[in-house]
Amino acid sequence: MTDMPDTTLTGDPSHDAPADHGDDAAGYYTPGDPIRDTKAPEGPIDERWQTRKFEARLVNPANRRKLDIIIVGTGLAGASAAATLGEAGYNVKSFCYQDSPRRAHSIAAQGGINAAKNYKEDGDSAHRLFYDTVKGGDYRSRESNVYRLAEVSTNIIDQCVAQGVPFAREYGGLLDNRSFGGVQVSRTFYARGQTGQQLLIGAYQAMERQVAAGTVEQFTRHEMLELVVVDGKARGIIARDMVTGEIQTHLADVVVLASGGYGNVFFLSTNAMGSNVTAAWRAHRKGAYMANPCYTQIHPTCIPVTGSHQSKLTLMSESLRNDGRIWVPKKKSDCEKDPRDIPEEDRDYYLERIYPSFGNLVPRDIASRAAKNVCDEGRGVGPEVDGVRRGVYLDFSSAIERLGRDGIEEKYDNLFDMYARITGENPYETPMRIYPAVHYVMGGLWVDYDLQSTIPGLFVTGEANFSDHGANRLGASALMQGLADGYFVLPHTIRDYLADGPFEKVDESHPAVLEARKSVEDRVTHFLSTSGTRSVDSYHRELGNIMWEYCGMERTEDGLKKAIDLIRTLKDDFWRNVKVLGTADSLNQSLEKAGRVADFMELGELMCIDALNRRESCGGHFRGESQTEDGEALRHDDQFAYVAAWEFAGDGELPVLHKEDLVYTAIEMKQRSYK
Amino acid sequence: MKVTLKIWRQPDAASAGAMHTYELDGVSSDMSFLEMLDVLNEDLIAKGEDPVAFDSDCREGICGMCGLMINGQAHGPEVTTTCQLHMRSFKDGDEIVIEPWRSDAFPVIKDLVVDRSAFDRIIQAGGYISVNTGSAPEAHSVPVPRDDAIRAFNVATCIGCGACVAACPNGSASLFMGAKITHLGELPQGQPERDTRVVGMVAQHDAEGFGGCTNIGECTAACPKEIPLDVISRLNWDLHAALRHGR
Repeated sequence: MTDMPDTTLTGDPSHDAPADHGDDAAGYYTPGDPIRDTKAPEGPIDERWQTRKFEARLVNPANRRKLDIIIVGTGLAGASAAATLGEAGYNVKSFCYQDSPRRAHSIAAQGGINAAKNYKEDGDSAHRLFYDTVKGGDYRSRESNVYRLAEVSTNIIDQCVAQGVPFAREYGGLLDNRSFGGVQVSRTFYARGQTGQQLLIGAYQAMERQVAAGTVEQFTRHEMLELVVVDGKARGIIARDMVTGEIQTHLADVVVLASGGYGNVFFLSTNAMGSNVTAAWRAHRKGAYMANPCYTQIHPTCIPVTGSHQSKLTLMSESLRNDGRIWVPKKKSDCEKDPRDIPEEDRDYYLERIYPSFGNLVPRDIASRAAKNVCDEGRGVGPEVDGVRRGVYLDFSSAIERLGRDGIEEKYDNLFDMYARITGENPYETPMRIYPAVHYVMGGLWVDYDLQSTIPGLFVTGEANFSDHGANRLGASALMQGLADGYFVLPHTIRDYLADGPFEKVDESHPAVLEARKSVEDRVTHFLSTSGTRSVDSYHRELGNIMWEYCGMERTEDGLKKAIDLIRTLKDDFWRNVKVLGTADSLNQSLEKAGRVADFMELGELMCIDALNRRESCGGHFRGESQTEDGEALRHDDQFAYVAAWEFAGDGELPVLHKEDLVYTAIEMKQRSYK
Repeated sequence: MKVTLKIWRQPDAASAGAMHTYELDGVSSDMSFLEMLDVLNEDLIAKGEDPVAFDSDCREGICGMCGLMINGQAHGPEVTTTCQLHMRSFKDGDEIVIEPWRSDAFPVIKDLVVDRSAFDRIIQAGGYISVNTGSAPEAHSVPVPRDDAIRAFNVATCIGCGACVAACPNGSASLFMGAKITHLGELPQGQPERDTRVVGMVAQHDAEGFGGCTNIGECTAACPKEIPLDVISRLNWDLHAALRHGR
């Protein structure tokens, strides 16, 4: 993300007066009581974490083996937590839907991981990383959580190096780092173009060591389908063995969700095929508030859709924008031509034209919206899908002239390779085609400073929670957050909760357990007995289209209300008419997908309501009604400096909105400007 | 284009399997191989037939979950993962034979889905560096020579897909083991456990039922990450050294 000049908001007369910008979501929700974090200690921000760690009660090592912990998800946040808690001596049960913990989608992250090591002596520090992250999040994150993230970032690098993660090195044998996305300090550590893979393998190996040691029990090809809550506390999960279909009860003293993001609500995203919201959503329905679900991140450089058969979108690292020039033809009639036949004067380098000072390096949300606009105008390139061309050129011809083919190969070879494999085109000879795609979600389950949700005993880590990235995540910070949460935060905060344990044993015949099991069994039975006519995928695609169209890069009141109606109609039809063949007691991929899509439908509706309520533009959330004359995002800190924490009130009931006011003591809110 | 697909169908681990033939039309050359199977599955569902079960997740060549024998080659005719294979590698009228990974150590679960948990158990037997969270020294305490770091990275790219096993006539996982042993063995951090690592992993590998290595080289030819054969040399070297040290 480009570091742009800040301008302190000084009363712009046209946006000054009434704090009331209207409540577009009136009638779609019920206002509830405010909510706030009660766990971060008072005092200077740089002392809060040390204080909390000291105040959090300890668990006697001899008692740890009597405490059972369930962790759902084995990505960076889940595997690191499982390894660390297993090493500490707790009994851990780890669940993932894939065949091995190492498949988690953290593995696909390319660019790097941030840490405030300041090896380059260029002015970096925990405070600067904190500042950049809060600002990058457009002042919509909780400052205490973010400061802590910056503080522990350095420990992460130490741990990963010790595990044998093969980070890039300089000639003297020390770690290399680079600046990412135009930030002015060099704080990103990387392992060529697959940092996520290498970090995950480190955490996975540490976790497997604990499996061998007997402290972690691994349940692969198991999907959590329900949370068990007893006397108001999270005490376990109901999981389905995806091979045998067996519905299993797993009880524990505490449950941790590290189940990742919900980008697949858009059907097409850079997420893995199986990435889903089910674990988080079931918890939400049992009382865990869902925070800021409309904050989704769209990445500008992804490989465009080639046809209606498309199953997912592939990300190309943002670093490409450092050397490529983005353009579309000036004339619609030129869009089908070979780009090499289009002369310079007929090319519209639109980012350079609209944003002269930042050009191709404008922030992700700006680049994405600009691409959408030119394609909506009919000047997109590439194949027509459903009658529209959605793609823009990312052209390296001038860079190749400047740096030579070797120079470009050294920097980008694996990316150019991947592009060639997928499209069949050679980016050394013809411009690449790119288009924005959903990539990450800043929204997630609400957690306090201890990473505990509103259900006691339910902790949430990694992308599944909401806390650190505000309305927009910076590049190279997702990896940082996952590992910070799993290695260095959760193990400390969870011990305060477990100090009161082991809790009274819950019997498998307890009514809450039976009720949870029954709800899972009923759902499974229902999907297999509808005698429907439409496949799960076709519903998922339609939901994705609605979300992309009305809750994607630009949101409007009319569009969001329309989307809510469309989703409600689609959801009703889905429950009556979805076609799932086969049986429950075997591997049944359609059945698995049906459950996930059902939860995506409910989430999609809440995302639209959240977007409707937030009548401002911040980070990845852009309301057409809230922009400057130049078309830039316009925040309304006077009315919207809060976290929207949504409470599920029951099927057919309106969700309840609890606001957490964002109070900044260590940083001043400023309006971003890119011109 | 139109293709004829001959696909292994097997209802579950205990039942016998058989090849079934399907005709599929309207296949675009821009489709990925798995998207082509998705299209087949939508057709089958519409006809009321059980769709073909196969594993995939990231669909961008990095998670290692996908893996099909395509016309007798692990991951098909290109050096890439199954999910990154595109239909432009085939032509109109082609017959394509699709099978799961064939290995005693990878039992079939259903259709094209196999159980690769043996790989996790090999890693559990030593494919790690023992360092508890929080006990790590400062990252710059031990410089790593750049060439060693590059060699370690190059073989750390193994995605654990099992193509090496599927391609090997002996069903050996030596390339998989060698990659991990070389990755960790090239780094100073990996030295303290170098002996126990190789002994543990080889013992587990053999117990799982994988075959021995006789230097055929099919594994490295099929590997989507192009892991080189010399990782097996390193495995043998380390094993020999460990035995000499009395492990």
